[in-house]
Amino acid sequence: MAKMTFTAKARTSTARTIVWVIGLIVSVAYVLPFVLVLINSFKPKMEILDNPLSLPVEFTWDNFNQALQKMEFFRSLTNSILITTLSVGSLILISSMLAFYLSRTKNKFTKVTFLILVSSMIVPFQALMIPFMAIFAPFVSLNNQAALIFFYMGFGVALSTFLYHGFISNIPTELDEAAALDGASDFTIFWKIIFPMLKPVTATVAIINALWIWNDFLLPVLVLTPETQTLPLSTYLFYGAYATEYGQAMAGLVLAVLPIITFYLILQRQFISGISSGAVK
Amino acid sequence: MRFTKNLKKFLMFGALPLSIFFVVLVVPFSQGIYLTFTDWNGFDFNKFVGFDNYVKSFQDETFWSTLQFTGAFVVVSLVLINVVAFGLALIVTTKLRSANIFRTFFFIPNLIGGVVLGVIWQFIFNSALPSISYMYEWPIFQDSWLNETDTAFWALIIVTVWQQSGYMMIIYITGLISIEPDVLEAARIDGASALRTLLSVKIPLMAQAFTISLFLTLRGGFMAYDVNLALTGGGPYRSTELISMHIFQDAFRLGNFDTGQSKAVIMFILVAVAALVQVSVSKRMEVQR
Repeated sequence: MAKMTFTAKARTSTARTIVWVIGLIVSVAYVLPFVLVLINSFKPKMEILDNPLSLPVEFTWDNFNQALQKMEFFRSLTNSILITTLSVGSLILISSMLAFYLSRTKNKFTKVTFLILVSSMIVPFQALMIPFMAIFAPFVSLNNQAALIFFYMGFGVALSTFLYHGFISNIPTELDEAAALDGASDFTIFWKIIFPMLKPVTATVAIINALWIWNDFLLPVLVLTPETQTLPLSTYLFYGAYATEYGQAMAGLVLAVLPIITFYLILQRQFISGISSGAVK
Repeated sequence: MRFTKNLKKFLMFGALPLSIFFVVLVVPFSQGIYLTFTDWNGFDFNKFVGFDNYVKSFQDETFWSTLQFTGAFVVVSLVLINVVAFGLALIVTTKLRSANIFRTFFFIPNLIGGVVLGVIWQFIFNSALPSISYMYEWPIFQDSWLNETDTAFWALIIVTVWQQSGYMMIIYITGLISIEPDVLEAARIDGASALRTLLSVKIPLMAQAFTISLFLTLRGGFMAYDVNLALTGGGPYRSTELISMHIFQDAFRLGNFDTGQSKAVIMFILVAVAALVQVSVSKRMEVQR
């Protein structure tokens, strides 16, 4: 580094400036659609049709009042939060347990089971969605939210177990053995010793599954009723019904993206590290 | 003794998760394959029909056009997402002021579900761009891109690339920062240009990131449904239906459960074969470190 010539330094700094400008332009392009939606959500319909790029002249909250009511925002938000937290919570429990069993008990059965779990990740939901609906129709009509959470456990368990499995395999078995010598049962070994050590993977598992379940559309649209619908569903239906009421439609979209973006901006570092460690396994 | 101990462990830790997995995934999947050989109507079936449903599926002309459209979509989106994502990763990993802010912005579309993104872009293509075009008298956006099959294809691609490149960027960033600084230093001392270093040092050393990202985009391309539904809805005249939507329509709108499910199995085979080929080719290119 010390002997870098003046011209070379100048060249790197011009190159960096160029990269910085490209980065800036692309960043603006990436958020522009959201900005467009945001500025138009405060405008009355005619003003949007006139010029979608202009800033609101008369700032109106009316669109939001209408959208909040018509898309039953708080009800769908509550439904989304309920379904996401319960599904993610159950997934963490069952996958960490299964991964502990599969990585600590070495025999033919666990080997084959693990292989089946890993290969099942390639099966698209669409490949089984039709018989799926026929089989589970009675369960769905009994309690569709409980059914949905149960389905997420089934569809999410493979990836989550895979993530936990990689991590647990790196924890030395001496730890278990020492605890067993002290008279701890398997149950205690797992919950008191192993599970607390899994925090980093648990964060990854939670973030990856929460993003998937929060935004999922196809399964909820097949399973849920209007009373139990989640935020993506109610946004889609609301937009379909009020697309020509531009202002209200835009306000609805702002409401739809607000919760997750806020969450992301607060927990940004966890999101990024969770995704990078989850994907590279 | 050892057997009972293992059985106890299985019951305590493995039984519940595995039975849920079995009931939710394995049972419908196997039953789905079995049913394609019957005259199933969604409730019950009378007889076995051999490969008739598969023959019928391939005789369906709309299915062929869907397959073509899906093939084009998978290839184009795969290439563009990865090129863009890799470019974004390079920008973010160049030692810049505001690199973190850039990364935050690039990732935002990925947080939001395809349906909401699709609806946002429906407004952009149908209303915002046409009225801006009229204002400044640009010809290209005056008619909505969603009204013609060709432009609607590119609209789907734009939204998909915008949505997914942020996620793949994270994978590429992880790959880029995992390269040891010594190697890059050695390349610099040998007088390698930035481009040379990128092509001959960085890309080969992070080939694993490409394997993963290509796999995810390939699978994502075949499974794409949400953006398709919210942006084009398959229109005009079912000409922009990707395979997922085609299956959904066939089974749940037209009531063809037998061919719908055969097409779903065909989709599974396509995804599985494409993914196996891609992963084995990419794996061969990875450098052993």
